Amino acid sequence: MKEKVLDIIAAYKGVDAADIATDKPFNDIGLDSLDVAELVMQIEDACGVEIDITPELNCIDKLVEYIESK
Amino acid sequence: MGLKIIGTGSGLPGKIVTNNDLAEFMDTSDEWISQRTGIRQRRILSGSETLLELSTKAATEALQDANTSADEIDLLIVTTIGGDYKTPALSCLLAGELGMNCITLDVNMACCGFLYAMHTANAYFGAGMAKKVLIVSAEALSRLTDWSDRSTCVLFGDAAAAAVLERADHEPVFSMELRGKNGWEHLHATRGTDNCPFNDFENNGFLHMNGQDIYKFAVSSITARIHALLDTCSLTIDDINTVLLHQANLRIINGAVTRFGHPEKFPHNMENYGNTSSASVPLLLHEIKGSFRSGDKLILCAFGAGLASAACLLEW
Repeated sequence: MKEKVLDIIAAYKGVDAADIATDKPFNDIGLDSLDVAELVMQIEDACGVEIDITPELNCIDKLVEYIESK
Repeated sequence: MGLKIIGTGSGLPGKIVTNNDLAEFMDTSDEWISQRTGIRQRRILSGSETLLELSTKAATEALQDANTSADEIDLLIVTTIGGDYKTPALSCLLAGELGMNCITLDVNMACCGFLYAMHTANAYFGAGMAKKVLIVSAEALSRLTDWSDRSTCVLFGDAAAAAVLERADHEPVFSMELRGKNGWEHLHATRGTDNCPFNDFENNGFLHMNGQDIYKFAVSSITARIHALLDTCSLTIDDINTVLLHQANLRIINGAVTRFGHPEKFPHNMENYGNTSSASVPLLLHEIKGSFRSGDKLILCAFGAGLASAACLLEW
């Protein structure tokens, strides 16, 4: 799952997935609130889950953990 | 029976407020606002300017463009979140300014107002109750905005735009959705100016918005409405010449382009006006209609408080 999410984010940002810090807040890796909303929609479509965006989901690791718990 | 748009017009406040102007009294910058929204400036009512004045200018211009006199109009629809007065309705005041004596009504469907008014006009045409309808979308979001909230006040602007519709053979196709209870809290404005001692209703009168939830709603609604129209008409996006989306935020338009491709089919002008609610679609239409050719297939699509979304496919 983490690889899938990272691939989507890497494609969106136009960078290599290996260069994205998964434990840093989205804002710190250059993703503002609307970037996150757009990425969540793409991840929802790709993974078949519905994601409620909450302040707690503030980095990739927590987002992946949330998806895997669904 | 269907409809045809035979004239358009606009009425804009004189005062232009740039992002740099906002940065003079709040912690923001042109770079921050333009990168996140695409907006560079907006028009704001100032001094003694009224929404009625903007509406009158837009309506007069649209009537002239349509080569139509005010007494030929059978129905006047004003779409607005709120006119200059709570009562009488802005449409009543505008009818007085234009010397009209026809059926008038105000429609408060926020950003979807123009599309709902078109739907109503189409029903009047179909019922044989009107030959020409004047729609004026007039909004003063500056009156609802909390000017101490930098996350929302940078987004909005004031404007009026108008269109004259005539009964015609081309039947438009509509796709409308109202979610009602599901999500209204993400975008709403309370009434304001209420000092009744017997209730404790939240009532500062300001507009509240959850940007992330509205982004998801907007992009998913645009996608659903456009697909519904295309499926109904057995068309693809390749068959559409221009898609006029509600001008809320460039990021939302980019979200639509991500899903449909063809960025050249999704024009925008929010960089000059910000989000002007129901006025945005007819204002864009007024500005770019010179590029349309007879027979072009257009999609008009809006989304907003309700939560509601609406779209119309029509032939120019």
